[in-house]
Amino acid sequence: MNDFFLLAKQELALVLIIFLLLIIKVGSKEWENPRVLGLINLLLLLNFATGFIYQQEGILFNEMFHTSKLIIIEKNILNAGTLIVSWLAFDWLKQQQHVIEFYVLLLTTLLGMQLMISAGNLLMFYLSLEMASIPLAALANFDLQKRQSAEAAMKFIISSAFSSGLLLFGISFIYGTTGTLVFTELPQQLQSTPLQLFALVLVMAGFAFKISVVPFHLWTADVYQGSPVAVTAYLSVVSKGAAVFAFINVLYTVLQPLAASWYPVICVLSVATMCIGNLFALKQTNIKRLLAFSSITQAGFILVGISGSSQTGMATVLYFVLVYLFSNLGIFTVVALVSAHTGKEEVADYKGFYGTNPVLSWVMALSIFSLAGIPPAAGFFGKFFLLMAGAGKGNYVLVVIAALNMIVSLYYYLLVVKTVFIDKHAQAPVDAIKVKSYPALALIICSAGVLTLGLASQVYEYIFSISQGM
Amino acid sequence: MMSLSLLILLPVLTALAVLCCRSLQQIRAVALTGASLQWLSSIVLLLAYWKERAAGNQDAMLFREGYVWFASFNINYHVGVDGMAVAMVLLTSFVVLAGVLVSWHTDYRPKEFFFLLLFLSAGAYGFFISLDLFMLFFFLELAVIPKFLLIGIWGSGNKEYSAMKLALMLMAGSALVFTGLAGLYFATAATGRGPHSFDLMDIAQMQIPLQAQLLFFPFVFTGFGIFSALFPFHTWVPDGHSSAPTAASMFLAGISMKLGGYGCIRVATYLMPDAAVAYAPYIIVLATIAIIYGAFATMMQTDLKYINAYSSVSHCGFVLLGIGMLTNTAINGAVMQMISHGLMTALFFAAIGMLYQRTHTRMLDKLGGLLKITPFISTVFVIAGLCSLGLPGLSGFVAEMTVFMGAWQNSGHWYRLATILACASIVVTAVYILRAVAQTVLGPVTDPSYTRLNDAAWNEKMAAVLLLAGILAIGIIPFWLQQLIAPGADIIMQQVSKAISIK
Repeated sequence: MNDFFLLAKQELALVLIIFLLLIIKVGSKEWENPRVLGLINLLLLLNFATGFIYQQEGILFNEMFHTSKLIIIEKNILNAGTLIVSWLAFDWLKQQQHVIEFYVLLLTTLLGMQLMISAGNLLMFYLSLEMASIPLAALANFDLQKRQSAEAAMKFIISSAFSSGLLLFGISFIYGTTGTLVFTELPQQLQSTPLQLFALVLVMAGFAFKISVVPFHLWTADVYQGSPVAVTAYLSVVSKGAAVFAFINVLYTVLQPLAASWYPVICVLSVATMCIGNLFALKQTNIKRLLAFSSITQAGFILVGISGSSQTGMATVLYFVLVYLFSNLGIFTVVALVSAHTGKEEVADYKGFYGTNPVLSWVMALSIFSLAGIPPAAGFFGKFFLLMAGAGKGNYVLVVIAALNMIVSLYYYLLVVKTVFIDKHAQAPVDAIKVKSYPALALIICSAGVLTLGLASQVYEYIFSISQGM
Repeated sequence: MMSLSLLILLPVLTALAVLCCRSLQQIRAVALTGASLQWLSSIVLLLAYWKERAAGNQDAMLFREGYVWFASFNINYHVGVDGMAVAMVLLTSFVVLAGVLVSWHTDYRPKEFFFLLLFLSAGAYGFFISLDLFMLFFFLELAVIPKFLLIGIWGSGNKEYSAMKLALMLMAGSALVFTGLAGLYFATAATGRGPHSFDLMDIAQMQIPLQAQLLFFPFVFTGFGIFSALFPFHTWVPDGHSSAPTAASMFLAGISMKLGGYGCIRVATYLMPDAAVAYAPYIIVLATIAIIYGAFATMMQTDLKYINAYSSVSHCGFVLLGIGMLTNTAINGAVMQMISHGLMTALFFAAIGMLYQRTHTRMLDKLGGLLKITPFISTVFVIAGLCSLGLPGLSGFVAEMTVFMGAWQNSGHWYRLATILACASIVVTAVYILRAVAQTVLGPVTDPSYTRLNDAAWNEKMAAVLLLAGILAIGIIPFWLQQLIAPGADIIMQQVSKAISIK
């Protein structure tokens, strides 16, 4: 019983918060937004802290749920992401009527993601995946007045249902050919029979939808553009991160016997994702769409790391997601602030931004440099290590393509920098924004993360020490 | 005892201090103090280096410092210098100090300007003293993006296009370098610290398999080559240099292009000598094309900055030619040419900047007769030009002469042809330099408003004198520089001659 409380502590903490919020909601007293938000942010901080106690491996519920140091740190990364998203959305949430519902949905998806990472059984895995996806559609629709938001939700739910269908289809074939759903028993049963390879394709397609890998990326841009900025940030960082963690865990453990089959698939998907994500990003004028395509490209880089199939591969992917979290949330904080204060979301609206908001501009530049992989930002280390993990397999064609794609992505990242720092606005640039309390905290944490995670090697070395290859 | 990390720390700390300043005076004072301290520490480094060598210290690299950085990749913070690196550090400190002096009157966003300039210098120092390939690559990339902002914000003309072109082409270069380094890393044998190594000194002791060398040498060499205007990847040079503000042009041509040349020697040739021997003919062909093409392209230019930019393509071709010739003298010459060209081109850009600031034009046909009005600037301009065309007594002559001597030591017909063609380009250089000098400072005053122009201010004089001192010190007594570089070149040639003897 003690084991139960300690091993599933992060999930239990989330469940407690969700129930507490529901109780507040049904209670007769009407809480004011700032007070609720203050309480929630405190609770989320406590929830994040639970990840640092009792770091033990263990199995619960007949191998349905398993945990290890690696899984705990993956959950910590997701918790940190959610906390920062909550901070950066403060200004927007203050103006909303349904703050508690927002958090109940948000935390339910987070709970789903954590269970998904911890799943030790395909059934459990599928259930938690659905738990992580469906509330996200409701979140995407949270801008109730905007038609685009409803459209985004619709697109998300349809593509998500479709990908879940594919995944379930694949799982049923796996069950049919092996007779088991348990992760630890599956590797002995998989022998690359044609039916199992078909199942592999379906499962990979399901995952590809979740991490928006080309050719399963078509929902991404529209959903990112239509959703409120906070939800976009959450989708692009936490949701994608969780899917990447689950994907790499499944690939490296359950699907390990089929490695010879999935390695070329990963390489092809990676090249397609990087190239097409970049080509579409070049033409974007809306900053959220631009970030959507940039996040597709980043997924392509992550696949390069995954293709390494080694301890280094696992460690670099985790590290990159962590770095990506800070970099992307840094820029999303700025976008959220500008959007909440002025409603502007076009790249061109940022002309002359440096003249009025120098600090925000520097944070934005730092985050962009990190996304583009420019030192001394942490993104440089993240990208370098990812490609090194890929190069460890000796596939230098993939590495060259990835390295050249970094140049293409640098072009549109620098265009944003140019807009912010160099261009002059024809009429009036965005007014000076007063950044207070939580968003300021988000800016500081993100910038500090981007600056220190790379130069200080301890984080990467810790992740490496608890990672395992195939 | 000299701590090399100081060379990285000083500019970074100065840059951060500049950010904390409130008034323009403070910013200038901090930037100048920082740059002067850099300059002093590089002089101290030179003296300390001489002292160590005089005491009989024969190590390949002096003042080494090493700390573990990323243990799982066997990446270490490892710095150290040989004479070649000391020379490059000296060059950097001269150009940075002169650059800060020249941009004294920058009043549009001065804080950001000096911050970026100092940050850039940290990248250059770090690059030259790195003994770990990861570190080297880190600093190489560190020195790209500040240039984008410097050109984009403070530049002139078609600055946004130029800034973007420069950033993308240089990053493409570093992407190639990255691929080469990754390949090299996985081709290394195990050391005590890990299965593979990024350490320059360790890799130099190993025998990298020939196949890996042949595969990855072109990546590394082309990548660094883009930085030093290897034909046909030189197109960023004219645009970037001409759009950049004066200090950034000085930095670009004076130091940034040398990162490439130094990388070609230190990483490509030193670590992959067999491949260097195998690919030498291609390098020589490309370098000769760059020299001749650069010289003729310069003849057609009418904008002073474009003249100097295209002539930089030609002059950096001598560096690559020296590397391609693979003789001890030629490598010496290549390094000397880097130093000489760095000082000369910085001086040239400084003089052009001073003239442009006063006359608001850089076009040859609009300028004229400036020698009477601004004698100091014009004299500096003339000296820089004469150095560029290789007048004895100035550094350009020493460097180019050494490259030619080294090149002639190769006896094949094709080597001879390349050398003769390269020598012939000097005539073309003389044509465009003398024409530019004549039209700008001699002849009648073309615009009556020029007569009211002031001559150089104290800061401009100091910058010019600083660079002139360097040029003369090399031009008149070249042996100190030659002796400084020679041990480093010897070590590189030992690697290469091993490769040749195996053949």
